[in-house]
Parts: sequence; structure tokens; C-alpha cells
Amino acid sequence: MMDVAITGIGLHQFGRFESATVTDMGVTAVKAALADAGTPQFQAAFCATVYSGVAAGHKVLGALGLTGVPIVNVEAGCASGGAALMLAAHAIASGQYDTVLVFGMEKMPRGIIRSSFFEPWREQGGLAVTPAYFALRAQRVMRESGITKEHLARVVVKNRANGAQNPNAMYQSATTAEEVLASRIVCEPLHLHMLCSPNEGAAAVVLQRAAGNVGAVRIAAAALRSHLPGSVLGEATPMSGIDDTDITPPSTLAADDAYAQAGIGPEDLDVVECQDTDAARELLGYEELRLCERGGSAALLESGATERGGRLPVNPSGGLLAKGEPLGASALGQVVELTQQLRGTAGPRQVDGARVALAHTVGRGANAAVVVLAR
Amino acid sequence: MSRMGTLRRPLAEGLFRERPDGSIVLLGGFSPTSGRTHFPRLAACPYTGADDVEEVELPAEGTLWGWTAVTARPPGYDGELPFGFGVVELTDGLRVITRLTVADPAALEFGQPMRLVADTLQTDDDGTAVVTYAFAPSDGASGTRG
Repeated sequence: MMDVAITGIGLHQFGRFESATVTDMGVTAVKAALADAGTPQFQAAFCATVYSGVAAGHKVLGALGLTGVPIVNVEAGCASGGAALMLAAHAIASGQYDTVLVFGMEKMPRGIIRSSFFEPWREQGGLAVTPAYFALRAQRVMRESGITKEHLARVVVKNRANGAQNPNAMYQSATTAEEVLASRIVCEPLHLHMLCSPNEGAAAVVLQRAAGNVGAVRIAAAALRSHLPGSVLGEATPMSGIDDTDITPPSTLAADDAYAQAGIGPEDLDVVECQDTDAARELLGYEELRLCERGGSAALLESGATERGGRLPVNPSGGLLAKGEPLGASALGQVVELTQQLRGTAGPRQVDGARVALAHTVGRGANAAVVVLAR
Repeated sequence: MSRMGTLRRPLAEGLFRERPDGSIVLLGGFSPTSGRTHFPRLAACPYTGADDVEEVELPAEGTLWGWTAVTARPPGYDGELPFGFGVVELTDGLRVITRLTVADPAALEFGQPMRLVADTLQTDDDGTAVVTYAFAPSDGASGTRG
């Protein structure tokens, strides 16, 4: 167990905010987190963002008169916040710093995500369509794990019901399987309501050496991994590959690292926030994070275990399906939610008695981050 | 397909070679030291970093491994909608991400035999046809569409 505590959390709501700049949103989250921590001096800051441009973190702290410390801007796709948190937590654990600020923010372009990850010819050729890759992966995991469209709809219904209790979610209304299945098909088998919305928002946490912070939520593990070569449908999105079944995916690599760091196994978890960019991604996550055996995600969902009130609630915040996905902020948004869960301050979303929690993000790179919190 | 008097350019150099009869062949990279093939061809083997990559012609036949259809216009794409998109497992085992000539997902099935075809993506303002690679059902008549 690392000797690192989360002493402050802050959030700017996820959604669409025409009048707010990405810097404005970062400032809101950072001020809230620092106030929550009792306004400590921090020796370094790590800022997660993908689309905010040069020195985005410097602009946020510059707006607050808090520069002078090292500020490191971190890009790791959808896992950017997890990467920033990993750097910060291990910097404290190694003795480099006592107090570190970690924040992330994003203002995503509308529509299908355009990424400089793809060369222009791939865009022109129709080979750079993010939801189409999600659809191919969904089709494979549905085939391999006996998942139906009804299962995908149930994931959306579960997460949107949770999001209806979250004042910081983009969509704060419940939905039904009928509504989900009636929404237009973006890329078969994925309907519009099975895909998260790229959006805007910010999140921040203050990390401090745990000594002197008795009772605080602690970071038990913070792991980041990239992909192994050869997988044709991984988040690395090559143009060809040789196998998909015998290559350990980056989410499993990161989860196994995190379980080893924390000295726990998946059976010890009380609550999970996982990457639900699309509904099938959440079910694949159950398997990759070893919440169930391979092929067992549909059965785990059907058992009700991952509902709020179940044995292992997944995405009690509403997940990305309800909150939307501001890339740099999403992983830290999970950590804010889980810190509230472990503090017992999650209100109507509270998972009773939660003491061990896991946050998972995975995306372009490939990058996969897994953070374990404990109290 | 008529090409007489028509300007044509490939989507990108090095993806495929066009034969005089209008058919195409995909160009991959093969590293003798790693024994691995990849596509498109890179300067070094993406499995080992070996710099002994040779150009290799890939099989034109395979089976369908995954598919969908893109129904909304993605950024940077000016071709027709909807369009098919998927993964074909070539007869040598390499799985290639590709455009498909069939845009109706219900018309395709796992393991279906597929073959390589040239497909016209769009026509530029000066009349130049932009040609890409695609896969079509082997038993279909879609041939060298466009």
C-alpha cells in the first residue's frame, strides 16, 4: 500500500458550457479541490488533457497565481487523468514531494472525435472512425461472450439510472431499454444511446503523504500500461494484426499491476468505476479487470451484481454514458466519485460500507490506467 | 469500370499496387528475422523493431472476421454514406482493417469468403478518382466497382 492520501477533491460539472473556457473549468475544479484539502502548499502539479493545447495546466494555475512549482502536462488519451495520478502518487511515494495537485480538463469538439492519431489518408479513406472501431469490438465481445443488444441496453439503463442521482452528470434522466434500442444506429450493433458523448468538464484531486492524514482515503495502487503488439482491434488501432485472444489487453496488464501494488484481488473490491465509452466496453471491462471470468460478463450483469445495491456496483456515478467523456477529466472524475463513496458522502449514490474501490480508464494509445483506493 | 481518359490516384502511396487490368494487390511488410507480416508496410517491423522489412504482396482472399457500417459522416471523409467497414482475415492469417463494399450489416456473416477489390472513394474537383482498397463478398458481383 502506498503512503499517499487523497485530501481534496473538486469537480466542474461534465456537460456543454458555451460560456466557459477550458481554463475556466480547470480553475473551478482546482479551487474546489484545494479548498477541500484545506488550502495546502503543493510542490508540483500534473495536468491531464488531450485537446487543450500548449501548456494548458500552466494557464489554469497561472489564472490562480499558483505557478512556480513544476507543472507537467500529461496526455494519455482517455486514460490521461489516470496517467497524471500515477505520476503524482508515485512521486509522493518515492519521497520526491509531500503534496501534489492533480487536475484534468477538456473541451471536446462536437461530433465524431477527430484525432491527430490518424494520418489524413486514413480519415479520407473512412478508416479513422472511432465509433466504427467500438462497433467492431462490440461485435466480437458479443460473439465471444454471448452478449445481446438487450444486455447492451441494460448497461445503459443501469448507468443512466445512476446518473439521474448525480448533479454533475450531463444526462440526469433515467432511460428504458426500449428507448435505448429505439435510438438510431450509429454503427451496428451500437445505437446512439449506447455511446457516450464527448463533452466538457474538469476534475481535480490533492494528494498528500498519508502520515498525518489518518482516516483519509488512500491510494492503494496507481498503474498505467500500454498495449502489447499484435492486437488488431485494441485501442492502438493498427491497420492489421495477428491475434486478439492470446494477447493480454492493456486493461488487464494495468489491473494486474494495480492488484499486485495494492496486495488485493478483484474479490476484495466494493465498488468500481470503469470505462464505458460504449455499453459493450463496460462488459468487456468486467472481463479484462477480472471482475468475472472470461466470457462471464453477461451473466455478471444479469445477476444484478453491478447495479447500485448489488454485490459490486459498477459506475455508480452514471459512468461516461451518463456523465459524458471530457477526456482529460474523466479518470479524475472517477477518482472524485470513488473518494466520495469511500468517505461515505455520495448521497443518493452511496454504496453502503464501501472501503475498497477501483477506477479504470482505457483509450487511444493504447493507454490503460487502473487506480485502487482504500479506506 | 472505365478508366480511359480518367485521372486516378491511390488513397495513399504504398498501400497497394494497381495492375494493368485494374485489379489491385495489397502491399505488406515482412521481416525475415521476426517472421511476421504487417500492413501497411512500415520502415521497421512493428513486432520487433527489426529494420529488415521487405515488401510483400498479401493474399487477395480471406474470410470476414468483423464488420459494421458507418452511417454518419466522419471528419475528413467525402465518400458515400453509409459505407461498410470491417476486418478480413487473409488466407495467411493476417487480419486487415478495411473498407467493405457491402454497407448493409445484415447482408454479411462471420467467416464469409471475401476478396480484394479496388473501390473509388470520391472524385476530386479536377476529376481525379481517388482509389482505395476494399473487400467484397467472393460470391458477389461487385467486382471492381467504380
